[in-house]
Amino acid sequence: MSSPASPSAASGQVAHIVYVLRENPVTALSFALFGFIVLSALIGPYVVPYDPLATNSARALEAPSAAHWFGTDQLGRDVFSRVIVATRLDLTISVAAVAISFVIGAFLGAVAGYWGGWIDALLNRILDTIMAFPLFILAMGIVAALGNSVENIIYATAIINIPFYARVVRAEVNIRREAGFALAARLAGNSHARVLAFHIFPNALPPMMVQVSLNMGWAILNAAGLSFIGLGVRPPTPEWGIMVAEGANFIVSGHWWIALFPGLWLMLAVFTFNLMGDGLRDIVDPRRRT
Amino acid sequence: MLSVKDLVVGFRTRRGAVEAVRGISFDLSPGETLGIVGESGSGKSVTSYALMRILDAGGSISAGEISWNGQDLRRAREGAMRAIRGREISMIFQNPRAALNPIRKIGKQIEDVLLQHGRAGRRDAKAKAIEALEAVKIRDAAARYHAYPFELSGGMCQRVVIAIALACNPKLLIADEPTTGLDITTQKAVMDLVRELISARGMSAIIITHDLGLAAQYSDRLAVMKDGEIVESGASATLFAAARHPYTRKLIDATPRPGVAIRELLPAEARSPEPPHSPGRRKLIEVVGLEKTFAGKSGPVQAVKGISFDIREGQSVGLVGESGCGKSTTSAMLVRLLDPSAGAIVFDGSDIAGIPADRFARDPRRGRIQMVFQDATDSLNPRHNAFDAIAEPLRRLGGMSGKRLGVRVDELAHLTGLPGHLLTRYPHQLSGGQKARVGIARAIALDPDFLILDEPTAALDVSIQAVVLNLLADLRARLNMTYLFVSHDLNVVRLLCDHVLVMRDGLIVEAGPSARVMQDPEHPYTRALLAAAPKPPVLDRLPGETVKAAE
Repeated sequence: MSSPASPSAASGQVAHIVYVLRENPVTALSFALFGFIVLSALIGPYVVPYDPLATNSARALEAPSAAHWFGTDQLGRDVFSRVIVATRLDLTISVAAVAISFVIGAFLGAVAGYWGGWIDALLNRILDTIMAFPLFILAMGIVAALGNSVENIIYATAIINIPFYARVVRAEVNIRREAGFALAARLAGNSHARVLAFHIFPNALPPMMVQVSLNMGWAILNAAGLSFIGLGVRPPTPEWGIMVAEGANFIVSGHWWIALFPGLWLMLAVFTFNLMGDGLRDIVDPRRRT
Repeated sequence: MLSVKDLVVGFRTRRGAVEAVRGISFDLSPGETLGIVGESGSGKSVTSYALMRILDAGGSISAGEISWNGQDLRRAREGAMRAIRGREISMIFQNPRAALNPIRKIGKQIEDVLLQHGRAGRRDAKAKAIEALEAVKIRDAAARYHAYPFELSGGMCQRVVIAIALACNPKLLIADEPTTGLDITTQKAVMDLVRELISARGMSAIIITHDLGLAAQYSDRLAVMKDGEIVESGASATLFAAARHPYTRKLIDATPRPGVAIRELLPAEARSPEPPHSPGRRKLIEVVGLEKTFAGKSGPVQAVKGISFDIREGQSVGLVGESGCGKSTTSAMLVRLLDPSAGAIVFDGSDIAGIPADRFARDPRRGRIQMVFQDATDSLNPRHNAFDAIAEPLRRLGGMSGKRLGVRVDELAHLTGLPGHLLTRYPHQLSGGQKARVGIARAIALDPDFLILDEPTAALDVSIQAVVLNLLADLRARLNMTYLFVSHDLNVVRLLCDHVLVMRDGLIVEAGPSARVMQDPEHPYTRALLAAAPKPPVLDRLPGETVKAAE
C-alpha cells in the first residue's frame, strides 16, 4: 500500500490528527485522559509515594488525608499508590486481550468475508456458538479450566471478544469484495491475498477502531470482574477488581474510600476508552480529511 | 399556479455557508411542463427539495418567495406542508428501488399514501391501489399488488413509484432524474407514460434532468441552470435552436448526437485536429464461441451464449446493449477476471481463456490487457491517494520504485491531463472528471495493447464526458492502443469506434461498421435502441460561426 515513495507524507497525518482533536473537544479530552492513564501505567510504580505492598498496621483504615490522598486499607497500605500501580496490570490485560482478539478476529472475518462459501458458513457457526454463552460466564469457565493466571485472563478476554471483530470485518470486507477498486487491484497484478490484505482490509479499519475502543473498556471491566469474584489476579497484587472486592467488605463500616477510588479509576478508564472511539475512527478514515 | 421568486438556498458546511441556489425565479401555469436542465452541482435538485421543504439538515431557504396557489410555502408550518406533500405536490426520485420500502408489498405502499391523505377508507383502499397500478400500465395489477419491490425490474419499480406519486391526484409532479439508471428503451416507455398521465389529468410537472434531449422532448418550457442560477429559459421548441448563453451552447455541443465528429463535442476554441486513426490488419483478439453460465438459485443461468468476434490491432470496437445483455460478463472474461465456461480468447496468437483468472494476475500478459472501470468513484480505493492508485500497477507489474516511479506517474498524470498537485489527493477530494482521469492513467500505466473501457463516461456530466472521450481518442493514437468500448449508448460508442457489436440476451445480434449500423440498422433490436434515444436538440449556428468551424 502507501509506501515512502508516495508524496502523501506523514506531516499530513499529524495535521489531520490535530484537526480531529481541535474539531471535537470530547475527543481531545478523551485523548488527554488516555495519555494520563498510559503515563500512570508507564511511570506510576516509580513515582507513587508508598510501596503498594507495604503494610502498616499502625495506620490501617485511615480516611483520605494529605499524607494518604485516598486513605489506607485494612492492612495500612496506601490506596492511592495501589490504584496508580494497578493501572499497568489492568491496561496490560486489556491491551493484550484486545490485540489478540483484533488480530484473530480480523483474520478470520476477512477470510470469511472475502472467500465466502463453506469457510464463511463454518466460521459463522463457530462464532454463533461462542456468542450463545453468557460471555462473562464463558470467561469464568475458561479461566477456571486453564488455571488462575494473568495470561489466562488475557486469553479468556480475547476469546469472548473475537466474534465482535470477526463480524465487523466480515461485513466490511464482504461489501467490498466486488468493488471496482478490488478488481482494479487484481488487474494490477495482485493475488487474492494481497487484494484482501492491502486493498480491502484497510477500508474496514474505521469501524474496527470504534470496536477497539469499546472493547478496551469491556476488557478492563471483564478483567476486574474476574478478579472481583476471585478468579485471575490474586491478592496482594494491586488490581482494581480485587481492590473493589476487598474494599466492599468495609463499606458497611463506613470505610468507603477503599472500594470507591479503585472503582472510580475503573470507571474513568472505561469512560475514556468509550469516548475515544469516534476520534480514532476519524483519524484512520481518510475521507474525514478535507 | 406556482411562482418562485429570487429563491436562495444556503447550506451550512464545515467551511462556512455555501449558496447552492442563488436567486432563481420561475413561474409554472396549470398544465405546463417545465424542464430544469443542468449538470451536477448546478442546484437543480436542491431547488426541488426547497419547493417541497425537504432540504437536508443544514440547508435552508435564506431568501425569496415560493407561492403555491396563493399559499406561501416558504413560511408554511410543517403541518400544512405535510398536507401539501403527496396530495398537491408529489415527487419521484432518481433511484426507484431506494424510494420503495423493500419489505412491504407494493400494493400496501400505495394504500399507505391513500389512507394517509384520506383518499380511501379501509374498505376501498385495495381496489383503489389496484386501480392506481392499472393507471401506470402494470399488467395483471391485481396479482402485482402482492409483489415486493425486489421481484420487479427497475422500470416496473419506477412505474410503482409514479403510481404512488399520482395516487392522490396531485396538481404538480416533480420528477428528479426519473429515468437515470434505466435502460434507454425503458426510459422511453416510462417518460411516455408520465407525459400521457400528466396530460390526461391536466397536471403540471417539473422534470429535472441532465439530459438535454430528454428535457427538450418532454417539456413545454426549459430552464438551464448553472452554479445555482438560471442562465437561460424559454420554450423548448425554440430555446435550443436559438440558444444565446454560452453555457447552453456548450451543453448542446457536448451532447453526443448523430452526425457529429468527436471533436465537435468540445467548445470551438478547444478543438484541435483529430489524431489520425487507422486500424492495422493483424488480429489482436479473436473470440471464438465464448460462453458463460452462472449457477443460479433456480438452475444455471446462461449470461453469454456463445459469441465470436475479432478485434484487429489498433481498432476500436464498441459493445452495445442494455442491462443484463451480457456485455459486462463478456468484458470481465476478456480482461481475465472471470473464467469462461466455454470458448477461446486468442490474444496475440495464443489462447488465454484456459489460464484460470486467479493465476492470470501473475501472467506476463497481465499488463498488456487492462481496463477502465465504469464507476470512477467505486474503482478507486478510498484509502489510496491518486499517486498510489496510478502507481499500483507500476509497482506490482512494472517493478518500478523510487524516483523512476515518481517520474512515470507524473508523466501519466500529464498524459491524462491531471494536474500534478492533485496526485496527493484522496478520491473523495477529486471531482468526477478528475477521478475518471486517475482511472484512465492507472489503466494505461503499463502501456497496454488492449484496453477495455466499461462505460467510462456513464457517471459523468456531458461536458466532462466530451473531454474524456476526446482524451481517449488522443491516447489511442499516441499509444497505439486497441479499444473495446462497452456502453449502453450507441450515440457515444459511434464517436470513438470503427466497428460496433450489438448484444442482446447473451448473443450478438448485429455487427458491422459504426456508420452502417447507425444509419442502416438491420436488426429490429438495433432499430428499437436507436429510436428510443431522445433526439438531442440541434443548434442553429450563427452564420459567422459556421464559417469558423469550417476553417
